[in-house]
Amino acid sequence: MRRYAPPAFSLRFVPVYRRNLLVWRKLALASVVGNVADPLITLVAFGYGLGRLLEVVEGVPYIVFLAAGSMCMSTTMSASFEALYSAFSRMHVQRTWDSLLNAPLELDDVVIAEWLWAATKAAFSGVAIIAVVWALGISREATLLLALPVVALTGLCFGAIGLCVTAVARGYDFFTFYFTLVVTPMIFLSGVYYPMSALPDWLAAVAGVLPLAAAVELARPLVLGRLPDPLLAPLLTLLAYTGGALYLAMVLTRRRFVA
Amino acid sequence: MTEVLGVAGLVKRFAGGVEALAGLDFGVRAGECFGLLGPNGAGKSTALKAILGLIEPDAGRIRLLGLDIPAQARQARARAGVVPQADALDPDFTVAENLLVFGRYFGLARSVLDARLEPLLEFAGLAHKRDAKIDALSGGMRRRLTLARALVNDPDVLFLDEPTTGLDPQARHLIWERLRQLLARGKTIVLTTHFMEEAERLCNRVAIIDHGRRIALDAPASLVVHEIEPQVVEVNGEGVAHWARAEAPALAARVELVGETAFLYCAGPAAAAAAAAAAGRTASLRVLQRPANLEDVFLKLTGRELRD
Repeated sequence: MRRYAPPAFSLRFVPVYRRNLLVWRKLALASVVGNVADPLITLVAFGYGLGRLLEVVEGVPYIVFLAAGSMCMSTTMSASFEALYSAFSRMHVQRTWDSLLNAPLELDDVVIAEWLWAATKAAFSGVAIIAVVWALGISREATLLLALPVVALTGLCFGAIGLCVTAVARGYDFFTFYFTLVVTPMIFLSGVYYPMSALPDWLAAVAGVLPLAAAVELARPLVLGRLPDPLLAPLLTLLAYTGGALYLAMVLTRRRFVA
Repeated sequence: MTEVLGVAGLVKRFAGGVEALAGLDFGVRAGECFGLLGPNGAGKSTALKAILGLIEPDAGRIRLLGLDIPAQARQARARAGVVPQADALDPDFTVAENLLVFGRYFGLARSVLDARLEPLLEFAGLAHKRDAKIDALSGGMRRRLTLARALVNDPDVLFLDEPTTGLDPQARHLIWERLRQLLARGKTIVLTTHFMEEAERLCNRVAIIDHGRRIALDAPASLVVHEIEPQVVEVNGEGVAHWARAEAPALAARVELVGETAFLYCAGPAAAAAAAAAAGRTASLRVLQRPANLEDVFLKLTGRELRD
């Protein structure tokens, strides 16, 4: 079996992606509340509330510091929810994937569609936060536009990682482990709420290789009107996680379906 | 006669060394209804998955619609329709949307789908439910929608995995009637079932498979003629076990005791009538004389022990 072959791209994935888009359009309101309102409240509450106590972090008002972390975190959560709970529902509970595979579609088409869809929903969330950051005047820098590709890549990265988890999940309970033991600690280590310089050295070293830390490292200078420096290291980190996770998700899903 | 599906020497081993298919052979002719019969775990569903290219066999050859499986499975599936055991309809969509969205997976243009929608809804008897949600449909309606969905690409061959399991008799008869309509239109149908009545009514030929191997293949009526005595006397009631051991062997060619029923297989109507009369002399026993059917063949060939 071609279990270890790289993902095979084909435009056949488009109707599968479109199916998810059609469902989302029906349920868009609830989805917007969940994916946008929640991180928005975090940004505003922490930013203004805590900002009053902290005033300046790394030379900027706390809410400006928090904005970059907020958009990356919101993207990460949104990609993860879609790739875990929603994709698992379609794969395992509703057996939508089984029906897809009876049509002239391959598992690779389905996984790629789910991956791009999770990234799309994640990008919606990230873009919404960027729009709010602009609207509230937290940042009106031109470089803020470059945060768009950063949240897009972050969505692709965590969509792929999430699909790895889904491919080995036996039930929804399994996802609690991922969120509690992986996502939440990662958020606290990745410089979302406070600078990574506040971490002890050994922990900062661990945090330095996390994909969310790389995303925040790219997004924060853009909010402040600067280009990321270093640029290449965090960019390659995100790309490597994305490519590696997509490949792993493909292999694990093939194992689940074909075995 | 052209062969729509050819399966030769199919072997599939799963992790742990379980041999789900152990050299399965059969062929399906164009325009016929072909039944794959077998107890649970016999390999029916594994065979269907292999035929559709969803799992790769360890050995053997499959040709579907002139295409090599699994190498050309995508092209073959574009011309096949599948009614899976679980309906797996899309609960977020209406009846009509389920058909339209599924049609897009085949790359069908909107104009083609629009033209097919009404006839498919009519065929499924769901024209009045086109905007209903899936939750609002009965089990029979869902099954008919799943059947209509499998026809959205106007397939040459239709695979049905236990199409009437879980349906009430009315819904079952309606599905059978629709399947006969499809056969009349020249479609080829391959179905798995463990309802022998279904196989007898619909199938031109059936293959009985067990332990991943074919153990019989013929028209249902021929199997009944060649594989088993023509008449059966069923006897049940208090003391049947004792009676079956003491008296039945002298009355019939073959006797089987299953649970609380003794089955007496008789060489002809006269012998069966005599056996029935003899059993009737024991007051506590109830007696039924009937012609042998496909279920008798199935149980004779696959054994009567419980399969779970």
